Amino acid sequence: MEASIDTATVQDGQLLTDVAHLEARNINVWFSGKHVLSDVNLRFPKNSVTALIGPSGCGKSTFIRTLDRMHELIPGAQLSGEVLFNGKNIYGPAVDPIEVRLGIGMVFQKPNPFPTMTIRQNVLSGLKLSGRRVRDEDSLVESCITRASLWPEVKDRLDSSAGSLSGGQQQRLCIARSLALDPEVLLMDEPCSALDPGSTRRIEATIRELSESMTIVIVTHNMQQAQRVSDQTAFFLSEEGEPGCVVEFGPTDSLFSAPNDPRTEDYVNGRFG
Amino acid sequence: MTITSTLKSRKPWDAKDKKYQLQQLLVHVGTPILAVLVVAKTGIRGGSGLFFTWLGLHLVTGALLAKFGRRKYSIANSTIEILLAASLIVFITAAMSVLAPVFTKGTAAFSSNLLFQDASTTEPGAELITGGILHAIIGTTIIVLLASVISIPIGILAALYVTEVRGRLTPYVRFFVQAMSGVPSIVAGLFVYAALIVSGVLNFSGLSGAIALSILMLPTVARTAEEVLLLVPDDLRSAALALGATQRKVIRMVVLPSAGAGLVTSSILGIARVTGETAPLLLTAFGSTQINTNPFTDPMAALPIYIFTQMLLGTDNDVARAWFACMVLMMMVGLLFGTARLLVNRRNLK
Repeated sequence: MEASIDTATVQDGQLLTDVAHLEARNINVWFSGKHVLSDVNLRFPKNSVTALIGPSGCGKSTFIRTLDRMHELIPGAQLSGEVLFNGKNIYGPAVDPIEVRLGIGMVFQKPNPFPTMTIRQNVLSGLKLSGRRVRDEDSLVESCITRASLWPEVKDRLDSSAGSLSGGQQQRLCIARSLALDPEVLLMDEPCSALDPGSTRRIEATIRELSESMTIVIVTHNMQQAQRVSDQTAFFLSEEGEPGCVVEFGPTDSLFSAPNDPRTEDYVNGRFG
Repeated sequence: MTITSTLKSRKPWDAKDKKYQLQQLLVHVGTPILAVLVVAKTGIRGGSGLFFTWLGLHLVTGALLAKFGRRKYSIANSTIEILLAASLIVFITAAMSVLAPVFTKGTAAFSSNLLFQDASTTEPGAELITGGILHAIIGTTIIVLLASVISIPIGILAALYVTEVRGRLTPYVRFFVQAMSGVPSIVAGLFVYAALIVSGVLNFSGLSGAIALSILMLPTVARTAEEVLLLVPDDLRSAALALGATQRKVIRMVVLPSAGAGLVTSSILGIARVTGETAPLLLTAFGSTQINTNPFTDPMAALPIYIFTQMLLGTDNDVARAWFACMVLMMMVGLLFGTARLLVNRRNLK
C-alpha cells in the first residue's frame, strides 16, 4: 500500500499528481517590510508526508504557518502568493480563516495542552472552541487518543489535568486534540524538538500511521527523522541577508542520497547549519 | 554488597561546622545584646538611640567576622546584609506602630452593641454601651459592592481590549487608565458631586458614593488585570486559534479560565484600594446616622466617614468609637487581602 503511493506520486524525482491536496504557489513573506521568505512553490500530494528541513532562521516555521493562516496572527506579517487546498485558494477574499484551520490542523513545537482542562476536555476542546457537537464524545476521545498512540497511558486518568502528563505525552495529547476535528492535513512544527528519543519514536510511529489517512507536513531539524518519516523533503536555506527559499525539493530518498544542489549535499551531510 | 551497606545519604552542603556556627551566633546574637548593654551603661536614650547603636556595632562586628571568621567573605556583603536587616526592622516598626494603637484602642472600646446598633439615637459623647457602627458597616459593604459591580467588569473588559483584541484604540485606553490612576480621590468625589448631584441627576446616596469609588477602582482593576492576562502564555492562544476558535471563544474558554485566579486577585486589590477611601464619599454618600439599605435614595453611612465625623466630635467616647471603627475597617481590608493572597497561592501550587 505504502509502496504504491510512493511509486504513484514520486517518479524520477518529479511529482506526478496533477491535483495536489495542498499546494503553495509563489509564497513570499515579509515581516514589517523585511523579506524573509522568497518564492516558495511546494506541492503536497494526498496522504503524503513532507519534511521541511534547513538551518534555523531559514523560514520553515514561517512557511508552515502560512499553510493554515496562522501566519497572519503575527503583528507586522505580510504575504503574497497562493495556498491551494483541494484546489481552492485559502487566501481568497471570501474564505474564512476559521474554516481553513478546521480542515488543516497544527501541532506546535512546544507541547501546549490547555492547563485548565482535563485530558478528556483537551481532546474535545477543538469541538467546543469551534462550536461543533458530536454525538458520542467517549468514543471520539478514545479513537483520537488511540490514533495518537497515547491510549494505554492515559485511559485510566482521562479526568486528570493535562499538566500532569510528561512532555512527550502532552505532545501526543496535542496531536489527539488536532485529530478530534478530523482535519485532512496536519501541520507539525518541530513536534519532537522538546522531547526525548522514546517519545520521538512514538510520535514518528504515529505520523506513519496517520499518513494513511491524512496529508502531513512536518518541520524538523533532525535529518534522520526526515528520512524515517517522510516521502518527500524540501530543503530551505537563507543565505546571509537574503530571504529564505527552497533550494531543493524532491523525494526524500534521492534528496538525501543524491542531492542535485551542492548546498543540499553539504547540509544533509552535516557540514553546516 | 559491602559498598551499598556503608553507603549513606548525606547533605555535604549542610554539613555541621561547629566553629562556624559558634562564630555566627556570637556575632549575630551577641551584637544586639552588646548594644543593649552599651545603651544601658551610657547616656544614649530612646528607641532610635538603641537602633543606631546596634546598627553601628553590628556593621563593625559583621565586617570583622567577614574578614577574620571561619568562612571569609567580602565586607561589602556583610554590610549589605546588615543594612537589609536594619531596613526590615524599620519597616516592621512603622507597620506595627500603625497597627498596634488601632488594635489596642479598638479592642479597648469594644462592646457588642457597637457591632449591632446604628448611631441614630447616639448623642455626641454618649457612653460606649449605647449606639454602634452597624449602619456604617452596612453602608460601606453596599457602596463597595456597587462600586465593584460597576468597575470590575469594565476594568476587566478594558484589560481584555488592551491584551487580547489589541484594537486601534489600545494606546488611548492604556493612556486613560494610566491618567485615571493619578486622579486624587477628592477630585473623584468632587466630579461626581458637580456632574451628577448638583445637576440633579442623582442625590446624596450610596450610588453616588459607589460611582465616585468606581473612578478610583477602575484603573487599579484594569492595570492589574492587564498584568495577569499578559501572563497567559501565547502558546495557548495559538493552540486555540489553530483549532478553529473565534477570538471570543479563545477569550472565554482559554484565556479567562487560565487567568481566573489572577483576575479575582486583581478585583480584590481594587476593592481593598477603595474600601478605606473617605474623601470621595464625603461629597457623595454624605454619611448618615441610621441604617439605609437603599443605595438609590438618601445619604448612606460608611466607615471612613463615620471615623472622620467621630474624630471631629472629639469627646473621649466618640474618639474611642472611631478607633473601634478603624479596627473594623482594617479587619475588613485585611480579610480581603488575605483572601487574595490565598487565591494566588493556591494557583501557584497547581
